[in-house]
Amino acid sequence: MSGTSTRRSRDLAQILFFVLFVKPFLALFIGLRVRGREHLEMPDPFVLVANHSSHLDTVSLLSLFPLRRLGRIRPCAAADYFGRNPLVLALSRTLFNILPIARTNIRTEDHPIQRMREALDRGESLILFPEGTRGRGSEIGELKAGVAYLAEQIPGLTVIPAYLENMGRALPKGEVLPVPFFCEVRVGAPRRLVGSREEMLAQLREALEALRVRETSRSPSGSSTAT
Amino acid sequence: MTGELASPPVLRMAVLTAAVLVGATALVGVLRLARPRGNYGELVARVRSWWVMATVFFAALLVDARLSLVFFGFLSFWALKEYVTLLETRPADHRALFWAFLAVPAQYLLVGVGWYGMFVLFIPVYMFLFLPLTLVLAGEPGGFVRSASQIQWGVMAFVFGLSHLGNLLRFAEPLPPGVDGRTLVLFLVFVTEMSDVLQYVWGKLLGRRPILPTISPHKTWEGFVGGVASASVLSLLVRFLTPFPVWETLLVALLVCVVGFFGGAVMSAVKRDLGTKDFGSLIPGHGGVLDRVDSLCYSAPVFFHYVRYFY
Repeated sequence: MSGTSTRRSRDLAQILFFVLFVKPFLALFIGLRVRGREHLEMPDPFVLVANHSSHLDTVSLLSLFPLRRLGRIRPCAAADYFGRNPLVLALSRTLFNILPIARTNIRTEDHPIQRMREALDRGESLILFPEGTRGRGSEIGELKAGVAYLAEQIPGLTVIPAYLENMGRALPKGEVLPVPFFCEVRVGAPRRLVGSREEMLAQLREALEALRVRETSRSPSGSSTAT
Repeated sequence: MTGELASPPVLRMAVLTAAVLVGATALVGVLRLARPRGNYGELVARVRSWWVMATVFFAALLVDARLSLVFFGFLSFWALKEYVTLLETRPADHRALFWAFLAVPAQYLLVGVGWYGMFVLFIPVYMFLFLPLTLVLAGEPGGFVRSASQIQWGVMAFVFGLSHLGNLLRFAEPLPPGVDGRTLVLFLVFVTEMSDVLQYVWGKLLGRRPILPTISPHKTWEGFVGGVASASVLSLLVRFLTPFPVWETLLVALLVCVVGFFGGAVMSAVKRDLGTKDFGSLIPGHGGVLDRVDSLCYSAPVFFHYVRYFY
């Protein structure tokens, strides 16, 4: 079936892109540190939720997964922004496997929640930035309710919070060239959101805030230096 | 310079380094047996890291001259990264920081092509003039002086200062047989690091009177004198790496140790100001790359110009 083979070559393109470019870039240029990676050893599907301040966020989160899982991880991306021209759309579909989500002109047939549900039903996991857009600084902006709608419609949905540090310094909104600040990803424990939508969002914010304020601790053995 | 894989002095030095590390490993083992209740986690991590650092360093030095330059360039890059990450930067600093990092490959390229005049001028003159311009173009006057100063300082210390190691490697003046740029680098690094380690050891054993209590309470007169004296004496062991007679070896080692101490003290002040104890976590037991090369940022330019002037 040609659908399967297109899919295979897309997966291969993404894997090559990550092996040859993304992983070396994050390891040698950004020096990405990861804490709590073990929390991602979850069976699909789940929703990985993070703060958003940079284009580096999506690549960094995707890089945390083993290569063979990449085909099943779908970063939700604004259709209006990533679909602004056919080349950007094709590249972000091929290399990042994005799930385009409408932010404007929402119609019932491509309703964001519906699109995300379909993906989860297919057994794909989502990466979601509930702030809806890239913010400035290390603060977490207001969270949109999408993730709460999703959790409400799919009881037992696993949500994994993650906080991305310094990405907005390395590659802020509006800049093209990255500066190699050390960046860190802190992944929190998987959880279920319960209660009303407001309560769900409050739980999520609390989890993200807890990860944010956790001090960028250094290796326990490196606690002191030679004079 | 790329031709022969390892000249006898370099090999001799590799064997000597291995011997020192075997000795250190054995010493830690004996300590653990003698006093099993002590906490040796950090000590063990440090010695293990020394093995890794020495192996990587010798590999970079032995394989190829270009690879050695890439290695030193990477040290500069990583040190600048650690420093810049700890700074309080403004969004308006983004492009200046980008250019500051670009100075790393540029500076090492100048070393690689052997353009000495530009190597000396590029950062202290041209980057100094250029970086504030990129800050001006960002159009944010608040905090301008602070940004310009702290960025230029980092580029001077970790790119300009450290790159003298690379230039020393390419030292092209006639030297006695067996001695070349590589052996001079080995001498400098051996003496500087020995001085660091021995100051730490003497300080732990006898340290009482702090030299700079407000900057670094762990730097003591006992550690300083003991470390500098013993590292200078040990430098005689590796005199075969240098063109110096005995008296000059001692004198140069003393200079390197004292200047290296100043480098360490300056970085301590930087750390204290930026509110951190270590610059990173790359090297277990040591902190970051910067914690290991802090003394070299000072000793490399001084040693380089000493050799350049007198040889």
